[in-house]
Amino acid sequence: MDILTWTYIIVGLTFLLYIVIAIKTRASSTKEFYIAGGGVSPLVNGIATAADWMSAASFISMAGLISFMGYDGSVYLMGWTGGYVLLALLLAPYLRKFGKYTVPDFVGDRYYSQTARLVAVVAAIFISFTYVAGQMRGVGIVFSRFLEVDINTGVIIGMIIVVFYAVLGGMKGITYTQVAQYCVLIFAYMVPAIFISLQLTGNPIPQLGFGGTLNDGTYLLDKVDGLLTELGFLAYTSGSKEMLDMFFITAALMVGTAGLPHVIVRFFTVPKVKDARKSAGYALFFIAILYTTAPAVGVFGIYNMITNINGQKIESLPAWVQNWQKTGLITIEDKNQDGMILYQKDKVKNELTIDKDIMVLANPEIAGLPNWVVALVAAGGLAAALSTAAGLLLVISTAISRDLLKNALAPNISEKSELLYARISAVFAVVVAGYFGVNPPGFVAEVVAFAFGLAAASFFPIIIMGIFSKRMNKEGAIAGMIIGLIFTLGYLIYFKFMNPELNNKDHWWFGISPEGIGTLGMILNFVVSFIISKFTPPPPQHIQDLVEEIRIPRGATSAIIH
Amino acid sequence: MNNLKHEDHSRSAYWRANIKILAGLLIIWFISSFLFGIVFVKELNQFRMGGFKIGFWFAQQGSIYVFLLIIFYYVWRMNKLDKEFNVDE
Repeated sequence: MDILTWTYIIVGLTFLLYIVIAIKTRASSTKEFYIAGGGVSPLVNGIATAADWMSAASFISMAGLISFMGYDGSVYLMGWTGGYVLLALLLAPYLRKFGKYTVPDFVGDRYYSQTARLVAVVAAIFISFTYVAGQMRGVGIVFSRFLEVDINTGVIIGMIIVVFYAVLGGMKGITYTQVAQYCVLIFAYMVPAIFISLQLTGNPIPQLGFGGTLNDGTYLLDKVDGLLTELGFLAYTSGSKEMLDMFFITAALMVGTAGLPHVIVRFFTVPKVKDARKSAGYALFFIAILYTTAPAVGVFGIYNMITNINGQKIESLPAWVQNWQKTGLITIEDKNQDGMILYQKDKVKNELTIDKDIMVLANPEIAGLPNWVVALVAAGGLAAALSTAAGLLLVISTAISRDLLKNALAPNISEKSELLYARISAVFAVVVAGYFGVNPPGFVAEVVAFAFGLAAASFFPIIIMGIFSKRMNKEGAIAGMIIGLIFTLGYLIYFKFMNPELNNKDHWWFGISPEGIGTLGMILNFVVSFIISKFTPPPPQHIQDLVEEIRIPRGATSAIIH
Repeated sequence: MNNLKHEDHSRSAYWRANIKILAGLLIIWFISSFLFGIVFVKELNQFRMGGFKIGFWFAQQGSIYVFLLIIFYYVWRMNKLDKEFNVDE
């Protein structure tokens, strides 16, 4: 059977699976809709968190990004995993003990202020929308490349599937579909990686093949370092970013991860405080399987590209190179008309352009694997995009139905109508996300970087202080959150939109790139909150008692309905 | 009243013990990623482990393994601490 038929079969089967799960696990109460009833086992929650967290970008683009960045790509590897240490140690257990449904719930209650709640709602909605637009686009791209349908049709098919299980099932439906999606995506990622590792280094474990030797006895990494320097590039294992910038970007990604509402909310779904801790460990374990494989895939990919294409005659290229040329992901232009391909850092001489996504998408063909494996990669990319989109959409719908309606505008609505509003807001959120998927703002990649910076500069500091400082009051928290947000947003807008021509080392403050500025925003938030709180009255006694209470595991009831 | 005081005392002792564990683990978190993977990466790259330069390995592999160990140690240690202070669930 050809690749297209296989892809239709496998993608169709996985979609059918998600729909069956959604029907079996539909939510019947707000508690089930918001936090899956609070009875999810730590292992299941860990798997669901991993699927929720790993987006289309992690699955399709990250390995390729690293293969072109080499050592510099480490910021993503450390940044997007190190945040789980912060989550497990500093946030998850206490937020679970607090026992509500959303991040704005915590902010509003802990800082006894509707203003704080509203600032948090706006930040949560903004962060989630910027992130979800990229996911819907990812769905469209996978559809168009593998199923040969129009990108827009792909986005609409994706929307229908997500509406189906997010609206019906809420958090409960999402949790169990995410478990299925994790299995699909990790299998699709690992099979080609294992085969390529075996082919190149003789070691089936990619994490070890990464440091292994090639047929000629040289170490793979040394070989790649040598090949790249010969072509005028920097060695793979050395970087071009300034140390301070590496430091700030890594920190912003870590802290941003720990502050993302769709990740935090997953820890409300487990029964006990100790389950929240354990669940963060499981989540990182399932994420680490992909995140320790990705850099190996990156280095295998760049090695294969250089050795299979550079210096080869154009007519004798392997079949997969010709296949991917059709999609525009590989472009070859014989500038010096010698019939050979020259890969060079020098843009004038270079004849080969490779899209970063190819490192994952073309892997099965490079490894000569059967057609069904290629189809599996398509299903994996879709699983990654859909699971993340669903988690984000839930945050948006919860923010509207619970934080805005129930807790602010219409506190008297019945549970039944709250559930209805939750469903309506989920549909609304999917439609808006789909709109951005079809008409992507020209800056999707940039806005995803925004999400991390803003989460780092707003949520992380005020949640931490809400738990670790009894003295922190609403004046400090609101001021800190607003200053952190405005500063970070201002810096990003200044360099990304207003003056993109100044966006370089010479103009950045202290050499910190916009990607890393969230760290400075976070520090600013901490400092401002601390100073303001010193000059304003301490929080009332019942809030100080609340803080005492969330520090002690005993007495955690599953999230209270009130 | 006495009982209450006793409970307050043990709660703050529990919290102090918790902070101590956190601080220790966060120091390891910081060393394995920010120090080994970024600040001292050039120095560490002079040493090798098979095909890996050590600094590069920490930045792309080792730090992630250390993060995992940190969380699972934390889970184990906190479960023990909860029992010691009789605040477990």
